Amino acid sequence: MTHLDITRRNFIVSTAAAGGGMMLGFYLPSAAQAANIANNPWERPTAKDGQEVNAWLVIDPDGTVTIRVAQSEMGEGVFTSMPMLVAEELQADWKAIKAEYADANRHIKQNNIYQRMSTGGSSAVRSSRVYLQQAGASARERLKEAAAKDWGVTRDQVTAKDSVLTAGTKRGTYAEFATKASQINFDKEPAIKTPDQYTFLGTSVQRLDTPLKVNGTATFGIDVRLPGMVYAAVMSHPIPGGDSATASARKLKSFDFDAIKSRPGVISAVELKPQGDIASGVQPGVAVIADTWYRAKTALGLMPIQWEMGPDVAINSTALFERQRKALTEPGAAVARKDGDAEGMIAKAAKKVEAVYESPYQAHACMEPMNCTVSVTADRVDVYGGFQNPPGALAVVADNLGAKPENVYTHTTFLGGGFGRRSRNDEVRQAAAIAGVVKKPVKMVWTREEDFRQGKHRPMATTKLIAGIGADGMPSGLWMRSVQHSITAHSRPDAVVNGLDNGSVEGFRTNVYAIKDQYLDMHIRNSNLPVQAYRSVAVSQNIFQFESFIDEVAQAGGKDPLQLRMDLTKDLADYQLVLKTLKEKAGWSTTLPKGTGMGMAMSTAFGTICAQCATVSVTRRGVLTVDKVVAVFDTGHLVNPSIAEGQSQSAITMGLGAAWIQEITLDKGQVVQGNFDTYPIMRMNQMPVIETHFALSGGDKWGGMGEPGLPPIGAAVGNAIFYATGKRVRSMPFNHTDLSWA
Amino acid sequence: MALNLNVNGKAYSVDVEPETPLLWVIRDSIGLTGTKFGCGIAKCGACTVHIDGAAAKSCNTAASAAVGKNITTIEGLSADSKHPVQVAWTEIDVPQCGYCQSGQIMAAAALLSKNKRPTDADIDAEMSDNVCRCGTYQRIRQAIHRASELA
Repeated sequence: MTHLDITRRNFIVSTAAAGGGMMLGFYLPSAAQAANIANNPWERPTAKDGQEVNAWLVIDPDGTVTIRVAQSEMGEGVFTSMPMLVAEELQADWKAIKAEYADANRHIKQNNIYQRMSTGGSSAVRSSRVYLQQAGASARERLKEAAAKDWGVTRDQVTAKDSVLTAGTKRGTYAEFATKASQINFDKEPAIKTPDQYTFLGTSVQRLDTPLKVNGTATFGIDVRLPGMVYAAVMSHPIPGGDSATASARKLKSFDFDAIKSRPGVISAVELKPQGDIASGVQPGVAVIADTWYRAKTALGLMPIQWEMGPDVAINSTALFERQRKALTEPGAAVARKDGDAEGMIAKAAKKVEAVYESPYQAHACMEPMNCTVSVTADRVDVYGGFQNPPGALAVVADNLGAKPENVYTHTTFLGGGFGRRSRNDEVRQAAAIAGVVKKPVKMVWTREEDFRQGKHRPMATTKLIAGIGADGMPSGLWMRSVQHSITAHSRPDAVVNGLDNGSVEGFRTNVYAIKDQYLDMHIRNSNLPVQAYRSVAVSQNIFQFESFIDEVAQAGGKDPLQLRMDLTKDLADYQLVLKTLKEKAGWSTTLPKGTGMGMAMSTAFGTICAQCATVSVTRRGVLTVDKVVAVFDTGHLVNPSIAEGQSQSAITMGLGAAWIQEITLDKGQVVQGNFDTYPIMRMNQMPVIETHFALSGGDKWGGMGEPGLPPIGAAVGNAIFYATGKRVRSMPFNHTDLSWA
Repeated sequence: MALNLNVNGKAYSVDVEPETPLLWVIRDSIGLTGTKFGCGIAKCGACTVHIDGAAAKSCNTAASAAVGKNITTIEGLSADSKHPVQVAWTEIDVPQCGYCQSGQIMAAAALLSKNKRPTDADIDAEMSDNVCRCGTYQRIRQAIHRASELA
């Protein structure tokens, strides 16, 4: 689709009201004034009232073009990539571009005018591209038309470039014609450019948010300060989640506010009663309110609290893995894929290879602990925070406080990491519940420990895989059974029919290998722990398992693992290009001296193919160093190669941590890990050199970039460990396995 | 009780318990929010500031221990974002989410003030206290080398 009817959306509103008119006192050094984004990105970057040409863009009298961004900036670069999509068509002077968040309140009042305001699934570019390009093209043609009318020429005689309109000797700026342009209606909207016409997309322009992120002025949720604000520290029930039977048995028995009420700055305690659904609602708990957060947090830590634990206190990770392994042999699994006769082919194969893989729970561990600030007044509610889904946050607050949605105003800040964690809005509901009682603006901030205890973690999974190996060394039949903690079963139980959650077995189910006979089924085995999409969702655990097993298949058949993957994708030109590029760029070798090894893996997720080669060294005593990772992506096209390279490094780093050093475990129904001492984050001295290449197939493909770099890294490193040591690592994190060799 | 602190060359009198971590005094009492809270146990470096020119984790430094010393936060590193580390960070487009970057920049500036030409090994040794969940390490390393040229 390249045409959208946006004529009906050409209305004019007062833009000054868009941000809710809040004035906050922030430190504002001179450099920030020159930045292209306000340090509070929900506010208009300029004080001047400009002309809104359409809902996406405003042209100020001084020529500044403000582009509204409906996706949330959590590091993935949407505050730059989204404006680039508009600017390519608008032919605007990039130096005069400013970006600001689209307003979720306006979005819901005006029939979802910003289309997609939830950020996730590596989809910002893929989902928004066409309508953002259309917004730019439609504005450009209106500016040209306005000038043409004024000058008595035809529209095609007018050229638009760098925010200037020219026709012969006539010359005018976008600013001069913005008002007239906004009043023009077309019967048919102009076509957007095809990729061969791009002059700006595909260039590595600097991120617009960089200036704010090198001097401390970028405002994150945790930085919001409102007049008269008080602070809340919270502790929810140490046993998170549960199901409909067990959740109601978890209770806050008592808390002794009298024991802390005379401490400095302490104002009150607020009991949190369960509200909303179990997976993303308010957990039973208590908040302490004080005049500073540190005083609130300290008092909360000293307040005696009694909990009723309920039956989930019996849950622990060892038993959960035993249960998942046991389920591998249990009947009634839901079939997710059945091509041909995998069992029959395996039965008559020359050789059989079989393995069980395990992946534990993982934490998003955003650098910015969860927080939210809420101000309730008689006629409106204002909500501030790092929302991956601002309209969702708005709805949760309206529901919790019984407010009309149109009276709820979200103010999305920069997000100190998101990775899926900031999509649930559980912290938003909790902050609203507190603010509804306190009757003052409240900033609620979780401790890091609370952030881990109340995390909505990445699911754990156990999978058995069996392959037949033919006389030619090629796989002939692939049988898989995966036992998953299903996100959908937890958050939307009605959406799981007959025990099948296709999303949870993505990676296995979606493999493109030319193995004719394939079978996949699954069991769901959930614990009390609420789970949530984590960067790359199910493929984050599944591709480790699947691609490590494919390496075992190569080994069993005496095949070069990279060549095997080339053979299994030989009819797919884009895969061939990615794998060929990887082979060249990585200097692929299977003959490194013992103690060093190269391993590779590939996956397709979020529309993008990614193949990676890891080079590792392992000392005889088993100390692992990941020396280098070469990654090749096919996203089809690229908006900004520099940002894309950053996303590659980012996803690989996160995936490497999960593969190597991190896990979330449960004991007594509670999350064991509480801070970065027990859940370590990758550090600079552990990092490989990461080399990123793009092998772009173009065409209609616009793949995502935020997540696809994560899935292959675990298997690439695990496979490299095998070639270095002869040891096959079948569970994460790798630092639990003795890698020593002789 | 009132504590007198010198932050970015300005004198502040703050009414806090003396054991209050410097981080929270800077953020909540003084209102300079560029310095971030990440862990509270000196394991992530998001709270890094300079105390008398040396990098310090403000989340486990008692405010009382900083009395009489010169405290510099990201807001005071330069008036115009022109400190060589900030210039290099901008040139190389280091930040992603940006949350840890104030701490990274302060740690890098402290490193360069005592070691004008750090090697990769020097950078690893000094910067591994600062974690970045977005994994911007490769560009941080590159930017430190660049800042070393600019200084």
